[in-house]
Amino acid sequence: MKRIRFWGTRGSLPVSLTAAGVRRKLVATLRGASGRTFGSDHEIDAYLDGLDIAVSGTYGGHSPCVELETGGSDYVLCDLGSGLRPFGQAAIARHGPGSPQTYHIFVSHVHWDHIMGLPFFTPAYIPGNRVCIYGCHPWLESALRRQQENPSFPVDFSYLRANIEFTVLEPGKHYNIAGMNVTAKLQRHAGDSYGYRFEANGRTVVYTTDSEHKLAEMTETNDIVGFFRNSDVVIFDAMYSLAEATTVKEDWGHSSNVVGVELCQLAEVRHLCLFHHEPANDDEAISRVLAETRRLEEITRTGEPMLVTAAYDGMEIEL
Amino acid sequence: MHFSSRQFADIVVATPVGRVDHAGAGQLEQSLAPILAESSTGKGGVILDFAGVDYISSVGLRVLMIAAKQMRGRGARIVVAALQPVVTEIFAISRFDSVLEVFPSVRAAIEKLSAPAFTAYDAAS
Repeated sequence: MKRIRFWGTRGSLPVSLTAAGVRRKLVATLRGASGRTFGSDHEIDAYLDGLDIAVSGTYGGHSPCVELETGGSDYVLCDLGSGLRPFGQAAIARHGPGSPQTYHIFVSHVHWDHIMGLPFFTPAYIPGNRVCIYGCHPWLESALRRQQENPSFPVDFSYLRANIEFTVLEPGKHYNIAGMNVTAKLQRHAGDSYGYRFEANGRTVVYTTDSEHKLAEMTETNDIVGFFRNSDVVIFDAMYSLAEATTVKEDWGHSSNVVGVELCQLAEVRHLCLFHHEPANDDEAISRVLAETRRLEEITRTGEPMLVTAAYDGMEIEL
Repeated sequence: MHFSSRQFADIVVATPVGRVDHAGAGQLEQSLAPILAESSTGKGGVILDFAGVDYISSVGLRVLMIAAKQMRGRGARIVVAALQPVVTEIFAISRFDSVLEVFPSVRAAIEKLSAPAFTAYDAAS
């Protein structure tokens, strides 16, 4: 594996930046630039690069879709959220519509935010393309067909003219797919969800979203730590604060930044990437959570430092 | 983790010492159980003196939340006092400082919770 590229990082529901949000960014940017002069676009870029993403950019609003660049010719993705649409457009722009490609897509579960991108995934409509969809739910295929049925969507699944294949995986079993060793794991979520551990070329990435890790039972905790063990990157559902996940939002099926730090420290993970951002959180709130999570990692560290980031649409992680 | 407790009128001051990690959380839960069971309905409460606690994990915080729910169900209160700086940060980052009452000292907590207990505490100090 060479790289992770995020196309959708928001949980539950896509969101967009509001006019008021853009204005707040402009005010902060101009205030920061007060008294400065810029002799070139390069100097402007350098100034903007020094600002927090909450000021100079945005975490974005597409629902989950993450690309794993393996170094091979096939594409590998996790989840079919609304981020699948811009991914598909980028793939067509890169290869052209007449150049058949293979897409391997691992689905955590079939809740709406994780499948809503498929009807807008242009490569799935193009004959010659191959779309291999993997998951652990036996109803994976029927759920994807159902979301395109009348009256929910005007284009039936049968109009997808690519060669679409479904494979139901068995959790805990090792599979060799697209040159990677892939293992799925059952997670606590309404209707169940599944995390995936991808291993290739000495690199390991864990994709674990829509998973409520309570850590109440040592056996369960050890099991999860084993699944995360020595990963280069863990993409982790940190939708709620720990207080929310323990009180009003207990059993809603999501985890917190605090639990993410604890599990990844126990598993000696090198990079914790906060993911599945709460749609009610604006950019400032997500940046605040990121800063606090980095601080938590620092004050509770017992071994090697762990990198902590918050995923944003368009972010790339080099492996 | 070590644990002790003292009674002041209708208030129990419970004092865990050490790390409230996964193992410590289990010990804390066991130690608190008889105190929570004995706390009377509709009055009094428990103050957790955290001056000797240098770390608390998510499991430990969950134990506090379960205890708070149990106490609130009976109209009683459980509060936390005298947090060390690191634990103060953990409470803030986890947002537990918004769901549990936190006091700077045991004295401040006991003064707020019960006049008879405050008198007894001052007399014993």
